[in-house]
Amino acid sequence: MSNSILTRRSVLQTGAVAGAGLALPTILTAGSHSGYTNAPTGGTVTLGFNVPQTGAYADEGADELRAYELAVEHLNGGGDGGMMNTFSSNTLEGNGILGKKIQYVTGDTQTKSDAARASAKSMIEKDGAVMITGGSSSGVAIAVQGLCQEAGIIFMAGLTHSNDTTGKDKKANGFRHFFNGYMSAAALAPVLEARYGKDRNAYHLTADYTWGWTQEESIAAATEAMGWKTVNKVRTPLKATDFSSYIAPVLNSGADVLVLNHYGGNMVNSLTNAVQFGLRDKIVNNKNFEIVVPLYSRLMAKGAGANVKGIFGSTNWHWSLQDEGSKAFVKSFGTKYGFPPSQAAHTVYCQTLLYADACNRAGTFNPCGVGEALEGFEFDGLGNGKTLYRAEDHQCFKDVLVVKGKENPTSEFDLLEIVEVTPAAQVSYAPDHPMFAGGDLGACNPGA
Amino acid sequence: MDAIILQILNGLDKGSAYALIALGLTLIFGTLGVVNFAHGALFVIGAFCAVTLNRIFSISFETIDPTKTDFLGNPATIKTTYLEHWFGPDPAAWMTDWSVPLAILLAVPVMLLVGVIMERGLIKHFYKRPHADQILVTFGLAIVLQEVIKFFYGANPIQMAPPEVFIGTMDLGVWLGFEANAIAYPYWRLVYFLFSAVVIGAVFAFLQFTTFGMVVRAGMADRETVGLLGIDIDKRFTITFAIAATVAGIAGVMYTPITPPTYDIGVELLVLSFVVVVVGGMGSLPGAVLAGFLLGIVESFASMNEVKNILPGIDQIIVYLMAIVVILVRPRGLMGRKGVMED
Repeated sequence: MSNSILTRRSVLQTGAVAGAGLALPTILTAGSHSGYTNAPTGGTVTLGFNVPQTGAYADEGADELRAYELAVEHLNGGGDGGMMNTFSSNTLEGNGILGKKIQYVTGDTQTKSDAARASAKSMIEKDGAVMITGGSSSGVAIAVQGLCQEAGIIFMAGLTHSNDTTGKDKKANGFRHFFNGYMSAAALAPVLEARYGKDRNAYHLTADYTWGWTQEESIAAATEAMGWKTVNKVRTPLKATDFSSYIAPVLNSGADVLVLNHYGGNMVNSLTNAVQFGLRDKIVNNKNFEIVVPLYSRLMAKGAGANVKGIFGSTNWHWSLQDEGSKAFVKSFGTKYGFPPSQAAHTVYCQTLLYADACNRAGTFNPCGVGEALEGFEFDGLGNGKTLYRAEDHQCFKDVLVVKGKENPTSEFDLLEIVEVTPAAQVSYAPDHPMFAGGDLGACNPGA
Repeated sequence: MDAIILQILNGLDKGSAYALIALGLTLIFGTLGVVNFAHGALFVIGAFCAVTLNRIFSISFETIDPTKTDFLGNPATIKTTYLEHWFGPDPAAWMTDWSVPLAILLAVPVMLLVGVIMERGLIKHFYKRPHADQILVTFGLAIVLQEVIKFFYGANPIQMAPPEVFIGTMDLGVWLGFEANAIAYPYWRLVYFLFSAVVIGAVFAFLQFTTFGMVVRAGMADRETVGLLGIDIDKRFTITFAIAATVAGIAGVMYTPITPPTYDIGVELLVLSFVVVVVGGMGSLPGAVLAGFLLGIVESFASMNEVKNILPGIDQIIVYLMAIVVILVRPRGLMGRKGVMED
């Protein structure tokens, strides 16, 4: 026999507890109302800027952070608007994104994949970032891109030049504005042929990680196609600082060109060592010995000093470009910080504007909607001429700059001169090109 | 053959840096019994003394040149160094050109001071603590020093040039009977090797032929007895620490034209130098020098493509492999005293 008596009070109590219990999962997954991770509520939206603030690429990371802050300022209606004024799309009106004021959080990648993933995860889970962007290394970019795909977050890559980022490791939630190793090689090869001829023997020193491998593969294929022979390909540890024992064998290898597939501190040190060993003064096979650096940046050129004079390479963008977009960006950045922006700063500024514009056009922050808006998007006015965000691999296709270390710099920033602007058509490739094969973009993941 | 000689030269050059750092490490371990993980940071402080002197020489005042424009199209500012303003163009150019060797004059007092402050302010409190505590505190100090340097100088490598007279290569091949340019070696790397030999020789002579050195050596052998004789061994050891710091510092100064200095260069050199100390024998000064050069040469040979083709990645592990073999076969190291590390 039961003694239980149903009272009004107990019914109300039980109902309240049961109701709260049923609602709990929905409350805990904050964005699930909208069907995607970290859907913004209220009047603000949070972006996550994941850049190297310590480690070898900290200076590049610092420049990226400056550009992100400038982009946020412009998008929120501050400053002179920079490239928003020259951007071909006209959805950006200085009122944030979709009317929500932009706020941001930052993370330190330390140029280490695990640290970069941890900081991105923290920004997504703790800070509610709806988009992650940044990075100065392909290893980091690929790792964070994978994380964002799993988390249902858009990843707008920063400085990453490996073919793999939009090749075998491409992801539906990841987008790259920066160019890649194949494009560098395709732009450089004709210039190298015109300057150094078809009969050359090249020796490659290559940083032993994803970027180095794909850069080496790309430049070796492009130079071999025009008649050059590859004498040797030597992998060097990423942590190496003294390259003398790798440079010394070049002297008597029969090579008359040294290709340094190195970036950042690696490039500064290997080039310095190559010049120390007198490679640039040598005559081999009755030709002047030459050095090529496929991927250049102004910050690297600054580190290498006078050693870069006359050396060819490629770059994604340079502050001396005279199109309206570049001039507007250099003016904004230069006025705010007192020096011209680097290519890393340029690419992340563009990525932030492109993301904001895609959200506005899609009318949502949902990664699938944003991705759809970016796929196949053609634009102009961001400093690289007409550009296409290709739908098949989420890679931007635009003109590539071939540059040379300036012989007589007029200032501390005037280190590279543009030799040629290679049209986008010349550096384009099929989505199923062998150097980019093996990956699958997959479907967009909205998370939640 | 020419390739082998080149790699031997490279090895001697790398070994010079290892030997100089390992010498200081051994001196500190032998005298104070302290495992100093901040020794690599002392090398870096020395390197940045050279950068600092170069920056001091570059301090300039600005004037506006209305005939030129900057990157924003505004009238350009022209910088003139105070050095040039005070001494004239030629002496200023000479001082800037020779800023690396001149930086030794700055580095010696700075490193002596850093050494004394480090030993008196921190290290002496850890003499009687376990080695693990010593490693933790000195490693922590190394990280702090490293971050301080990064704060002031940034993370990117800073290009430092040797004096113009030492730019270029010396054709050693002709002297050895090879054809012209078969063995061309950079002048500055030869200078560095000779400099290291002189410093190592000076340290050994100092310890061997001076009363101070005799006391330090006696202290290394039996600290307690030396103390009982009424000699203030602690004071000697403080000076020894400062000397070890100075050796590491001037090694860093002269290394700057070889590899552009960065705030974190000390970590890699420190780890390798510890391996050198272990291979040479903890507490053995000749062992540290011998192992420094030996490991430098072995590392250079392991970088050769002919070797890497047979054993991929060997260049990255050879030094540690050697250390493992030495620890297993001869725990006291190549020239270590019997009983040390053999308990």
